[in-house]
Amino acid sequence: MIMPELIKAKEPFKFCTRLHLSELTGLRATTLGQLLDFIKEVPGACIYHHTHRFLQQHQYLSPEPPNDFAYWVADVLGEDELGERLASIDTMLYSTIHDLRERIYLTIEDYLKGNPVAKLKFARSGEEFHFIKSVSFILPTNYLVYDLGEFARVLRKITIDSIYFHIFEARLRLEKPTNDFSYWIENSLGDKKLADQISAFDPYTCTLEDLRNKIIQIVERRVSG
Amino acid sequence: MAKIEEYIPLVGQAVIDDLRLLGERLKGKVIQHINSTPVGGGVAEILNRMVPLLRELGVDTKWDVIRGGEQFFEVTKKFHNALHGRAEEIIRRDFEIFMETSQQNIEGVDTYGDVVFVHDPQPIALIKKKAANKWLWRCHIDVSEPDARVWGFLLDFIVQYDSAVFSAPAFSRKLPIRQFLISPSIDPLSDKNKELPQETINSVLRKYGILKNKPILIQISRFDRLKDPVGVIEAYLQVKKYVDCQLILAGGTAADDPEGFQVLEEVREKAKDDPDIHILLLPQNDIEVNALQRASDVIIQKSIREGFGLTVAEALWKAKPVVASNVGGISLQIKHKYSGLLCHSVEGASFAIKQLLSSPAYAKKLGENGREHIKNNFLITRHLRDYMLLFLSLYYPEDVVQLC
Repeated sequence: MIMPELIKAKEPFKFCTRLHLSELTGLRATTLGQLLDFIKEVPGACIYHHTHRFLQQHQYLSPEPPNDFAYWVADVLGEDELGERLASIDTMLYSTIHDLRERIYLTIEDYLKGNPVAKLKFARSGEEFHFIKSVSFILPTNYLVYDLGEFARVLRKITIDSIYFHIFEARLRLEKPTNDFSYWIENSLGDKKLADQISAFDPYTCTLEDLRNKIIQIVERRVSG
Repeated sequence: MAKIEEYIPLVGQAVIDDLRLLGERLKGKVIQHINSTPVGGGVAEILNRMVPLLRELGVDTKWDVIRGGEQFFEVTKKFHNALHGRAEEIIRRDFEIFMETSQQNIEGVDTYGDVVFVHDPQPIALIKKKAANKWLWRCHIDVSEPDARVWGFLLDFIVQYDSAVFSAPAFSRKLPIRQFLISPSIDPLSDKNKELPQETINSVLRKYGILKNKPILIQISRFDRLKDPVGVIEAYLQVKKYVDCQLILAGGTAADDPEGFQVLEEVREKAKDDPDIHILLLPQNDIEVNALQRASDVIIQKSIREGFGLTVAEALWKAKPVVASNVGGISLQIKHKYSGLLCHSVEGASFAIKQLLSSPAYAKKLGENGREHIKNNFLITRHLRDYMLLFLSLYYPEDVVQLC
């Protein structure tokens, strides 16, 4: 089969990787009221950590692992309905940590209005919610690509941390308009259709390995015409 | 000792590439570890493996040890117990002994590192030598409920460090310095964790007279009340009413521990003459521990208190379904119903074990998830990465550090 000639990008895509360290704050909540107060005041790096940690640490679980807040209120405090509401917050709708934080605390406040007794529940000793910050280190890798063929090949072997960075962190934490892959494909390769296909995914509903495979599939379909 | 390349088949080339990228960023910096002993104990064990690997990754790593006499180490042992929350009689003279030896070390130890990485309380007072270099204090102890007097004494030193490191979130408290969470790790290439031929596993079972004719439950821990071996037998007896199975309780000899002997007697009494309970006094033999874990169907860790509980990581690494108490660092290793089952009581443990024995597919899935979780989060390669990021964090105070 004759492969169509691949468009060369104006600017190459430089794969970066993101490695993180967990910074402890010493802040802990034992009730829903305390959780709510801390969610309003902790650094954005804490909100990011507790809404994204699960994706990286439990990347083999599927589908849709809960965020830490959802897990704690349901499993420790027994507030299943609130847990469900928090787990189903559509992170893709929020382009900043500020907005995501607001959605989380408004969800809890709204729930407490209808269920004031929930404020009286205490976590058992040892099951408190500990607030942790995510400290990210973004490093360049040695991978640099100019076309979709090379792009797909590197996607196969790059660390999951790199894919994670370009899809999740670049958008939400560095407040870019879309994920890095779609941005490069649209602006350097001029392929808006493919860029839109990738940005249309909800990456929060699959494992990181599934996400890698889905992106490779779409790109390879495009490459083979 | 394994070389860094030998980890590639287990964690992938890309993970090792990332470690090398980090190593390059630390070129020119001397990292100096300081602890109280070159052999024996968990800290020395992990440093013995990590120091050569860090050097291979291009990080100029040194390791020095403080000196101390018998009295000093008796005091630091008391501190250790008190930090674990155990009642200890600590008098003013103990603090004086600690400071006298510390002063000798302050005068005798050269703290030449660009980063001085102090492990545990024994060398903590060296911080008095802090100059323009960076200082880290690593606490390997469970300090979730420390004795207030000892903690207060140490706090005066801790706050002078640039950052502190703890093994679990529950060990942290509000401090005026940065503090990081770095969990311990297991080495997948060590005798305790490496793959074993089936013949080795069979020969260990033969040696101890264990037949593989019914499911095997096992807890591997020293005979200590905090590991609740009697509770494990009670859980087994409840399971046995419904599922025919056997139990192995294996632990180290208790020659120098009178309480250990007493616990062992209680365990034997509880086991009575049940031929399906195997009480094994194991010598320090990592291959045998490895083989027994691999031969088992369910691994139990029913501790009442636990610092981190790396035996859980060892079990999960072997893709075994685990039932463990929700204490200490165990909840970091097991997410209930995802990568194992957590329990709070004998009844809870027995219910969980029955579930696993009755649903092999579920048990298999939990074990597989558990292995993946350990692979991603609790292997020595992750520990190396965290340490290198920790060193970098001393030079970059931001939450997002862009080195691109």
